[in-house]
Amino acid sequence: MDVRYVARLARLDLSDEEAGLYQRQLDRLLEHVRRLQELDVSHVAPTAQVVPLTNVLRDDANRPSLEREQALAGAPAREGAFFKVPQIIGDEE
Amino acid sequence: MIRRSATEIAAAVNARQAAAVEVLEAQLARVEQMEPQIGAYLAKTEELARACARRVDERIAAGASLPLAGVPLAVKDNMCLAGTVTTAGSKILQGWVAPYTATAVQRLLDAGCVPVGKANLDEFAMGSSCENSALGTTRNPWDPERVPGGSSGGSAAAVAAREAALATASDTGGSIREPAAFCGVVGMKPTYGRVSRYGLIAFASSLDQIGPIARTVEDAARMYDVMAGHDPMDSTSLPRPAEPTAGGLRRDLHGLRIGLVREFATKDLGEEIDAVYQSAYRQLAALGAEIVDVALPHAEYGLATYYLIAPAEASSNLARFDGVRYGPRGNGTNVQEMYARTRAAGFGPEVKRRILIGTYALSSGYYDAYYVRAQKARTLMAGDFEKAFGACDLIACPAASSPAFPFGAKGDDPVAMYLMDFYTIPMSLAGLPALSVPCGFASDGTAGARELPLGLQLVAPLYQEARLFGAAHAYEQATRFTLDRAPAGLEGVR
Amino acid sequence: MSDGARYEAVIGIECHVELKTSSKMFCGCRNEFGGEPNRQLCPVCLALPGALPVPNRLAIEHVVRAGLAFGAQIPVASKFDRKNYFYPDMPKNYQISQYDLPLTTGGVVRYRRADGSEGSCRLTRIHLEEDTGKSTHLGSGDGRIAGSTHSLVDFNRAGVPLMECVGEPDIRTPEDAVAFLEFLRLTFLYLGISDVKMEEGSLRCDANVSIRPAGTSAFGTKTEIKNMNSFRSVARALEYEIARQRRVLAEGGRIVQETRGWDESEGVTHSMRSKEQAHDYRYFPDPDLVPLTLDGAWIEGLRGSVGFTPIAAYDRLQRGGGLSVAQVRQIVEDPALTRFLLETLERKPGDDAFAQATANWLLSDVARILGREGISIDGQELLTPANLGELVELASGGTVTSKTAKELLERMMAGGGSPKEIVAREGLAQLSDPSAIASVVDEVIAANDKSVADYKAGKENAIKALVGQVMKVSKGKANPQLAESLLRERLAQS
Repeated sequence: MDVRYVARLARLDLSDEEAGLYQRQLDRLLEHVRRLQELDVSHVAPTAQVVPLTNVLRDDANRPSLEREQALAGAPAREGAFFKVPQIIGDEE
Repeated sequence: MIRRSATEIAAAVNARQAAAVEVLEAQLARVEQMEPQIGAYLAKTEELARACARRVDERIAAGASLPLAGVPLAVKDNMCLAGTVTTAGSKILQGWVAPYTATAVQRLLDAGCVPVGKANLDEFAMGSSCENSALGTTRNPWDPERVPGGSSGGSAAAVAAREAALATASDTGGSIREPAAFCGVVGMKPTYGRVSRYGLIAFASSLDQIGPIARTVEDAARMYDVMAGHDPMDSTSLPRPAEPTAGGLRRDLHGLRIGLVREFATKDLGEEIDAVYQSAYRQLAALGAEIVDVALPHAEYGLATYYLIAPAEASSNLARFDGVRYGPRGNGTNVQEMYARTRAAGFGPEVKRRILIGTYALSSGYYDAYYVRAQKARTLMAGDFEKAFGACDLIACPAASSPAFPFGAKGDDPVAMYLMDFYTIPMSLAGLPALSVPCGFASDGTAGARELPLGLQLVAPLYQEARLFGAAHAYEQATRFTLDRAPAGLEGVR
Repeated sequence: MSDGARYEAVIGIECHVELKTSSKMFCGCRNEFGGEPNRQLCPVCLALPGALPVPNRLAIEHVVRAGLAFGAQIPVASKFDRKNYFYPDMPKNYQISQYDLPLTTGGVVRYRRADGSEGSCRLTRIHLEEDTGKSTHLGSGDGRIAGSTHSLVDFNRAGVPLMECVGEPDIRTPEDAVAFLEFLRLTFLYLGISDVKMEEGSLRCDANVSIRPAGTSAFGTKTEIKNMNSFRSVARALEYEIARQRRVLAEGGRIVQETRGWDESEGVTHSMRSKEQAHDYRYFPDPDLVPLTLDGAWIEGLRGSVGFTPIAAYDRLQRGGGLSVAQVRQIVEDPALTRFLLETLERKPGDDAFAQATANWLLSDVARILGREGISIDGQELLTPANLGELVELASGGTVTSKTAKELLERMMAGGGSPKEIVAREGLAQLSDPSAIASVVDEVIAANDKSVADYKAGKENAIKALVGQVMKVSKGKANPQLAESLLRERLAQS
């Protein structure tokens, strides 16, 4: 695994020291999880959820929203009624 | 009063023998006294607690009877409680005030609970020792040099140290059961979907489940009964009614077949620990249970399965912590730089590791080999339990492979720490209800080590919480390991 | 040989359509365009820690209806997946979307070009997802993202149900692309599932364009065109892009696979970013949501509501041949008008003259009155297909004069009622009995010496003035043709 590439995907700045440490630790973990390759899963369906539910849906009805000040209260930067963010640039990985 | 069980406190408050505000003041004094030693709480919520206690007294005066009237509650800090700072033990949420309350917590407040404070945890519930909290250190009440377990370490320590009668906890791979075992209290993880996750800060959505931590099985059952039940705000909430469990507590185990898992032999855990578990199993038989042998052939793959599925979900769940809408923000001349710096400064090492491994497991080219394969292994694991429960009604096994360990003992090898969850992860993957009940004491063999509690894990088939609590109660009442014994040095503290 | 003959364009259209619902896709906040910023937010759509999504049933049904209207297949199993990428207007930094099991697959969009000829384009799929918030870019002077220093985000739109329709690359000309889009838009309007307003962003489209030597079947390298804000700009952008690609190839260049933005004011496409490196969206099933099972009864219930489509209406209106292509297009644009017309025509199936007359009434006099009153045909109840049909019959059959008919229409639209009854009650039937008109004619001849003299002097126009007088005296009831012939008869005799 290329820890630098994955860190970019996950938007995590890593120092060289961290990158080295995580590379070692995660390589070791991956070594452990590779045990799963021993299993014959060719006829096994994947489990995404253990609850035996389907079609859990909501009627199209309104519920109260937050007060605007509640919604904005946590914002680290705002301008008027808007959340403010630094310059948006492309999201290429 | 605060040394009594939640059941007793509620009875006294309902009978107007004690006022909720009096119970609370005594509890707050106890917290004040204990916190320097224990550090169970990240924040105290006295003001809210006083308002809640007054409200309880008013309702009682108006003729109401509340199942948990006036019971002091610790709320694990990954659960939203409106108006309180809610951090999940992370710097990335430092100072964030939740504008809403988690469903499970709201049900407890409605039932008369009084929230004393927000309990410490491993950051985003990722850990088995509470050492991953970015915001505080919690000590084990049985030995302050040792960890309380995790991730619900603050919850377990608060209850063990009588800093609360009950605590909410959450379990993803063992985060209720392991700290309960380490702190000598009762911790129970319900069937996945029994308790609403709405308002629980997500770690791994398909595994996270809220459950009770209490000093007695009966208290845990009462607390579970209040929290359980369908919630339309959580799509994965089970619509079937949760049968009350507190009324079905038993004194014996006649007619129950209890399975011991072949793959979970305790010999390798050391002589002293092995002896405790063998004695526990004999006790189950003495109470009338038929002991049978069952197999979980895929249990050895549990860790590998879990450490792909949980981090994969976490990597996505934690993407929302980006410095745009809440939380502290890192500097950056553009938004991508801001994200990377905010998250680098806001998340601790364990969270970063899990985000990295999870992102990797989902990334293009690796998804089938890792994530989908883990989901298939998960199916095999659930199948193991289904087969095992064909031959038994409950499974008994250790809740953890050791008693509480000293701070720093696991070094920087994450896999060594992950192995703490070996006995709890398979049940989480299968969504089963399981609890840990104190089953004796052992030292870990190190020189001068104190006696530390161990936990017996009982596991039931899906939806069989009543059977689980019933059996655990019989065992607890017959053994009384921590009912009659408080942590050393804390007995006399009032 | 010209470039135009050597190359053909291959165009595929993708549309995003905001669905018309009261609440958002996964929460109860209002789905409303143009509200004050950041007022339609809750823990779910603002992605506060701990919040969970619950899908809106109506939104799912809207998408299934859309698919059914195009003859798409509705798979039994569907689900929601997470599409992971970081962007400041997306609160969770993942979008709940659908990856491998969309709500509908296949289907064909049949459309009519401006000249009435028919074309069609297959659909790949239609899936359901959630919209993002909106950013306003500041510091660049012109509101563009390029050169901006910071942006302001309004999350009101975040979580609005969004349907993505992906078309096959079946389209060969910009004209067909627009016709395809028009019928797609109209279909959603007819189904009542979206406002489909490009100017409000409830309909947004991108196009994939490539060119290849005419007569070959391999696809050329495609570009993706974005930022087309009207059907006109779709046509212009596609024409520009096809010409640009031809020029590049003619000059020996190579088409680069990329995203290009349409610049409306300059009339050109600009390269936005290279798509050579595919995004790694790390799709995986959303563990907060459970699978969908689209069972037969549910689908059949929805099928009943998708019979009325613009292409079916177009076919019916054109089949008889009574209406011009322009009239059919004008009517089909308005689903309420179309429904009204078709219902009216059921009175006289196969009667082309009646169809023509009814269409004329609706497009001229009825439209004028509706416009004057500022209402739509379905915003009133007084004019009905039944009473309009009667009116058309009265007028076409000569029972009332056209002047009376117009008055009748005004009265019907002001007070309702059957025109036949009004005519009978008030004696408004056209005077077509020569004996009844004769006395009026005599009266007019006696009272208008000048016109009579003019007529006799050979001024043909004078007869019109005399007919006008007859109409005036008869209060508009006289049959004008009969009046004229009687006048000529009498004047010739005198």
